[in-house]
Amino acid sequence: MADLFAGYPQAMQHSSAYDEMFTPDGALRADYAQVDQVLQSLSLTDVQARAETMARTFLDRGVTFDFAGDERAWPLDIVPRILAGAQWDHISAGVAQRVAALEAFLHDVYGRMEIVRDGVLPRSLITSSAHFHRQVHGFEAPRGVRIHVSGIDLVRDDAGTFRVLEDNVRVPSGVSYVLENRRAIAKGLPEAFTGSQIRSVEEYPRRLLSALRRTAPEGVDDPTVVVLTPGVYNSAYFEHTLLAGMMGVELVEGRDLICRGDRVYMRTTEGEQRVDVIYKRLDDEFLDPLQFRADSMLGVPGVVNAARAGQVTIANAVGNGVADDKLIYTYVPEIIRYYLGEDPIIPNVDTYRLQEPEAREEVMDRLDELVLKPVDGSGGKGLVIGPAATGEELRALRKKVLADPRGWIAQPVLQLSTVPTLAESSFAPRHVDLRPFAINDGEQVWVLPGGLTRVALQEGSLVVNSSQGGGSKDTWVVDQPGGSDRQASAAVPWSTRRRRRAQRVWPSAVHAAPPAAAAHDEQQQQAAPVQRSRPGLEEREGERRC
Amino acid sequence: MLSRIAESLFWIGRYVERADGTARILDVHLERLNQLPSEEQRTVSANLLAVMGAAEESDDAAGPGLPQLLSRLAFDPARPNSICGSLAAARENARRARETVPAPVWESLNTTWNSVTTHRQDVVGTYRFCTWVMERTATVQGLADSTMSRDDSWQFLTLGRHLEQADMTARMLATSDEEAFRLSWANLLRCAGAYESFLRSRRAAFGDHYAMEFLLLDRLFPRSVVSALRQVEAALVALDPEYTRSGTMDQSRRIIGQARTFLEFHHTDDLVGELEEHLERVQAACAAASDAITAKYFSHAAGQAWIGEQV
Repeated sequence: MADLFAGYPQAMQHSSAYDEMFTPDGALRADYAQVDQVLQSLSLTDVQARAETMARTFLDRGVTFDFAGDERAWPLDIVPRILAGAQWDHISAGVAQRVAALEAFLHDVYGRMEIVRDGVLPRSLITSSAHFHRQVHGFEAPRGVRIHVSGIDLVRDDAGTFRVLEDNVRVPSGVSYVLENRRAIAKGLPEAFTGSQIRSVEEYPRRLLSALRRTAPEGVDDPTVVVLTPGVYNSAYFEHTLLAGMMGVELVEGRDLICRGDRVYMRTTEGEQRVDVIYKRLDDEFLDPLQFRADSMLGVPGVVNAARAGQVTIANAVGNGVADDKLIYTYVPEIIRYYLGEDPIIPNVDTYRLQEPEAREEVMDRLDELVLKPVDGSGGKGLVIGPAATGEELRALRKKVLADPRGWIAQPVLQLSTVPTLAESSFAPRHVDLRPFAINDGEQVWVLPGGLTRVALQEGSLVVNSSQGGGSKDTWVVDQPGGSDRQASAAVPWSTRRRRRAQRVWPSAVHAAPPAAAAHDEQQQQAAPVQRSRPGLEEREGERRC
Repeated sequence: MLSRIAESLFWIGRYVERADGTARILDVHLERLNQLPSEEQRTVSANLLAVMGAAEESDDAAGPGLPQLLSRLAFDPARPNSICGSLAAARENARRARETVPAPVWESLNTTWNSVTTHRQDVVGTYRFCTWVMERTATVQGLADSTMSRDDSWQFLTLGRHLEQADMTARMLATSDEEAFRLSWANLLRCAGAYESFLRSRRAAFGDHYAMEFLLLDRLFPRSVVSALRQVEAALVALDPEYTRSGTMDQSRRIIGQARTFLEFHHTDDLVGELEEHLERVQAACAAASDAITAKYFSHAAGQAWIGEQV
């Protein structure tokens, strides 16, 4: 059998990146032992056949993403990415801390701006953010939740340390692929699941629904939740249908909703029905033509006023974009210290603020070594990787940056960590990132174990976005069997399934029927008094007791 | 349920049934058509396209040939009346109602659509294609039948399905015209999958008169026009069980009820002679009922209720 890992150590030498499966001297890291064993037992044809089946299944089930107007099967690599339970608990705490701090920050930004008064952040920094929306100034979010769902992007540097790359607290997407990847890998690589304690991801839709219901406007006993989608042509449409379906709520488009007297209704076959919570999956700019873009046909006129009046909850809240502005990102460690009085658990990536003259000067000298990002972009839009850019591109970039230093940040080129990934005819190291998803219900921030791992499928590429040829990996948080891990000890111990002894509810005539079937029934042993009086039955019981 | 979703379900029902009906008609007629000399082939093709509502202004005097027939009825995905077009539309509607439609139903529609282009588009390929389409649509119907609750979503699906069924059976009957199609009554019955049921109900009394009567009026055969209309009515009642002792009634129910009762209680000695009028009336009733259902259940109050100033 050909060793699919034969060329791996050599390929690892090509970059200084941290490899998550092997140490630099080629030894297997313990967390991957089980997966390694399974992969070693497979031949190339076997692996390729499995990969093909997974893609086919995705296509048939409609697990697709939109690629230049084309529906493509969601790309999932067969090798899972593994994070140890203890390591995950650290990440999870860091993500929760960050969400809590950003919640406090948003509350403050749209309230009294104490953080400005105390001199931590300049006021101009906040008010110059493209996503600072004065329309929601003074707005009190129900239960204080604005970031119902967040996806904070993490990467690992050369030393293997997790760092926050960017915050997504507007409309983070990708969680549906986490759920689908797990289902697909469970069929594609079943051997690896045997005996592994992998933390489940199934809980997500239930958690989400519960958080959305909890944050409904006050006084609503049984809130109606809907998912608001821009429509079938949105690249994340699949995710919208999946979440709505799994939560058992309606998936609405803007035209299905109507606002009247600061209340929101949806048009149904039985007339208009009141809506209490809207899980919004479109950008603020398109949400309400009365407040934002007047030419938006995707939104619902009047919905922002309804939210301000406290008649409907919009999740995530309008105006969250100020918190994931990439220049404000550079202040998040200070924001955490200011609001929570704690040190950040997960550090940021070193970032240059181009408004500061010395930093700007240094960056201008080293444009070809750095990554430059527009502060309000997401999904890798507008980003320029210095070493990969042409002289022409760099000149254009320099002009743009000098014209609008507030609009850009610069970061060193990070060699993202690598995980083995199926390439052509063997496994090769490919760079990955991680997007953990967190849900805030006002009482606690719950982080979905694992999250979405995206992988750059081209050798050496650092671009993981699926819109630019990236793939994905199922991400496992694995607890050591018998270890003292929190999750393992909390699990309910298994027991042999038994019939519960319950009082009999059916009329006795039904029980008296066929004795052969009843013989299986343990309940027969403790017959109710009514049956005791039936001689025939008592005889049978007598026999069975012998 | 959401009006938009209800509309999608209604059209899934219609398009799946349309794909099935068209495949049945094409399958039976192609067998006959393929044996004819090319001139007659053109005439019959033109007749068939006219019955299926796929005739075109641009068709020349000689009439469209076999390739055009196959393209327009089977393989052209841009036509809402072709099999491919119907399957595409059914799948697109299911995609828009995906959180409501049970996953098995969506997946079977999606799988069908994904492999729709893999078929050979010649005569032999079309036979196989038709058989495959009948199987796939049966799978979809069966999955819907076993996985959907009998709530409003089911009623809308059923409503669309049986409305289309009544229309399709009427079209099948329209192809029984001896002069235009030369289709034997046995093949007409096979077209509707009714051959064996008919033989058992009629014993020795064969003949085209009886075959037509069976497909038009039989109360027990599910694909007959009367049965299909009866099921449309049942779905309409289930959706709006309003009961008044007299006076106004839902428009669509009135249209369907009138059409069904006229057929059911009409007495004639010359069914063959009257057939064309019956079929026209049935198709008109189906179209009118579809409009009435749309107006009552699906109409959105014209897009957004408030339009902002243009920037």
